[in-house]
Amino acid sequence: MSEPGTHYLNEGWTLRSWLLTTDHKRIAWMYFATITVFFFIGGLAALLIRLELLTPAGEMVESDTYNKLFSAHGIVMVWFFLVPSIPATMGNFLLPLMLGARDLAFPKLNLLSWYIFTLGGLFTMTAVIAGGVDTGWTFYTPYSTLFSNSAVVLAASGVFVVGFSSILTGLNFIVTTHKMRAPGLTWMRLPLFCWANYATSLIMILATPVLSMALLLIVLERVLGIGIFDPELGGDPLLFQHLFWFYSHPAVYIMILPGMGVVSEIITCFARRPIFGYTGMVISIMAIALFGFIVWGHHMFVAGQSLYAGILFSFFTFLVAVPSAIKTLNWTATLYGGRIRFTAPMIYGLSFLGLFTIGGLTGVILASLAVDIHLHDTYFVTAHFHYIMVGGMVTAYLGGLHFWWPKITGRMYSGPWSIVAALALFIGFNLTFFPQFLLGFLGMPRRYHAYPEEFQLLHVMSSLGAGVLAVGYLLPMVYFGWSLWRGKPAGDNPWDATGLEWQTSSPPPKHNFVDTPTVTTRPYDYV
Amino acid sequence: MAEQAGYLDTVEQGLALHPEQAATSAAQVDLLFWVLVAVCVALVLTLFALVIGFSVRYRAGSRRPRPGAIAESLGRRIELGGAAGLTVAFLALFAWAGTLYLYLYRDPGGDMLTVNVVAKQWMWKLQHPNGAREINTLHVPTGQRVRLRMTSQDVIHSFYIPAFRLKRDAVPRLYTTAWFEASKPGEYHLFCAEYCGTDHSRMRGKVVVMTPEDYAAWAQKNGEGEGPAQAGERLFTAYGCSGCHRGRGTVPAPRLDGVAGRRVALAAGGTVLADAAYLRDSLLLPNKHVVAGYEPVMPSYQGQIPEDEILQIVTYLQSLEPGDWTVEPRR
Repeated sequence: MSEPGTHYLNEGWTLRSWLLTTDHKRIAWMYFATITVFFFIGGLAALLIRLELLTPAGEMVESDTYNKLFSAHGIVMVWFFLVPSIPATMGNFLLPLMLGARDLAFPKLNLLSWYIFTLGGLFTMTAVIAGGVDTGWTFYTPYSTLFSNSAVVLAASGVFVVGFSSILTGLNFIVTTHKMRAPGLTWMRLPLFCWANYATSLIMILATPVLSMALLLIVLERVLGIGIFDPELGGDPLLFQHLFWFYSHPAVYIMILPGMGVVSEIITCFARRPIFGYTGMVISIMAIALFGFIVWGHHMFVAGQSLYAGILFSFFTFLVAVPSAIKTLNWTATLYGGRIRFTAPMIYGLSFLGLFTIGGLTGVILASLAVDIHLHDTYFVTAHFHYIMVGGMVTAYLGGLHFWWPKITGRMYSGPWSIVAALALFIGFNLTFFPQFLLGFLGMPRRYHAYPEEFQLLHVMSSLGAGVLAVGYLLPMVYFGWSLWRGKPAGDNPWDATGLEWQTSSPPPKHNFVDTPTVTTRPYDYV
Repeated sequence: MAEQAGYLDTVEQGLALHPEQAATSAAQVDLLFWVLVAVCVALVLTLFALVIGFSVRYRAGSRRPRPGAIAESLGRRIELGGAAGLTVAFLALFAWAGTLYLYLYRDPGGDMLTVNVVAKQWMWKLQHPNGAREINTLHVPTGQRVRLRMTSQDVIHSFYIPAFRLKRDAVPRLYTTAWFEASKPGEYHLFCAEYCGTDHSRMRGKVVVMTPEDYAAWAQKNGEGEGPAQAGERLFTAYGCSGCHRGRGTVPAPRLDGVAGRRVALAAGGTVLADAAYLRDSLLLPNKHVVAGYEPVMPSYQGQIPEDEILQIVTYLQSLEPGDWTVEPRR
């Protein structure tokens, strides 16, 4: 028994008590701090890109610099922010709490994951400092292996290393979910956040090794010239695209499923309703994880793969949209007959619903083969995946942070300011990325440093929107920081939410629960 | 040039909301695109109406009576009905898009104006059948099908003409083809759409669509007298290929007239289709596919023939019919 008033945050103040901790809640904080740094590095690159694109001539930075900026933006945002974002922070913090467990199944492995993640980050940051990498986040061959004069080996090594952190986190989550659920917490009583992280973990351990192999082959080809991808040696440059997208398409679901989990918790809580169609939601999560593995070829409709492969990949891509649509339908139906409170987390949750739907449906447009010929590699694609990854995942990430902040820190933040930030995010995001759909349809290609003049007006609109969006990102930093020092004590369950994490104190004690909880009801038992 | 006077830049300044339609495929793609957009807008508006409607009606302060929970059986029917309805709609759209893709992307065969395209960092090199060469500009007539036969001599590029809704990657080692029929005279953007390094965004050019008469005049003025196939025949001799393959040398080699498009039996067993990529591999990686009955004695031409010349030799070999060569090579 710990003394009254002690919790995981104040049970040790030394640096050592953080760097050698095996407490999942402290490790979550370490991830939170690290990925926040990466988010702002990636965001700075995005800001410079949007500034450059204010004018068509490409006169602010050199072309090589621009290419390194969008490469750094993609690499940092995908592997060092989006992939770990919700799983490594909120997943780490909440999964054991939601399961009624004292920690993850392998606490030391959890700490090791963070060190591996940070090591990979240092590799990639070294690459950025040592001149940068200019291959785009996709590392397409033969450009990356034979032609690029930038720090490809260092950057690819960083991504290779960080993959192991994903794999270990996935493994930890899977074992924890199987073995450490509280008495009475059957699979069909699991909160959807747990299901989403479970499915994400499955994808992480199944897909990440393929990316690791592909990156290793890039490094070997660049250093030793082994001829896997080099056409001069009889290699096949398209093979890399197959390997890369075999990971990177499922990785899109790594980057959205946890967000779906967060939103399911938020919408039920603030609508005061049980989730509509719990079983359907679980099936959809698992179907998305499964179908996600057989659609990778839709990134290659114009790349020279067989026409019939294109037909098959298009077919599966249309099908994978169905479970996502069911989830959207069910979140909407959850609102029916509720008592809806418009707090900041709820505004983020509803923003997610709208932005994810637009992102998903434009994905259906891109899955349509004949139309994709025109839209492929244009800003239409850029807009589409930002609606999913930023409009979807980053919105859900911020929503989750606002939802569980009182539990994590024991303190409340400013209600009005948080609502302003949530609205700024929604408005700024749409101003930034909606014009990019039009740019893409008009024919503006991606990754262009300079562009024809007739696209300027839409680019300017997009860049101005990015300014509003930046406010939406920076404001929470201010009032969250404020709340850490001056925030009102939150109490154990300020939102009056169900779920085991709300039954313990805020912040939780080191071992989460004084007595192991027992579960007797379905999740989201709001009436 | 004087004959281009009628083809000044037709690109509009300011905020355009619809790209030009300058090929027969453009309207077909746009019809599908706008139907897709209509379906998406309808779904998004339905969602927004429901979310906003529920948010107002069931906001925490409202006194409206709350309905009880939707019965599980009804809920399941709503889910399954929604899933079934969407699946049917999606499959219909998939079928439409797939059919159009096959039509637009499969080479229809037959006689077409075939332009060779070699991409390199950071330019497009093109050659017309009459030998006319262009860089970063493509002149084509209206009302005639044009085939592009593309490859790259370094990294992957992508040949993109937004006004034609046409895009196809140019991949080293591969020969990809694309076809179109231009319909509206004017000048249109040609972009590289696959990131290819430093000057990717400056790997731009234009397509000049001309009336058939103007094109004929242009082609006559710019033709070099030697088309790619003739150039290929000359190179075939100059690089010494004919020495063995046309039976004048001392080493047995398979005859090549009419080989293109046929299946070739291999020494290692099995057969391979003699497509453009096979012909190219045979020049650069001769030991990859050794023809049945022959020894692997051919030297590699790796690094000795520029990419556009390889394409000319391939064009020449593809132009041959069986029996075009009268001399029987040694066996």
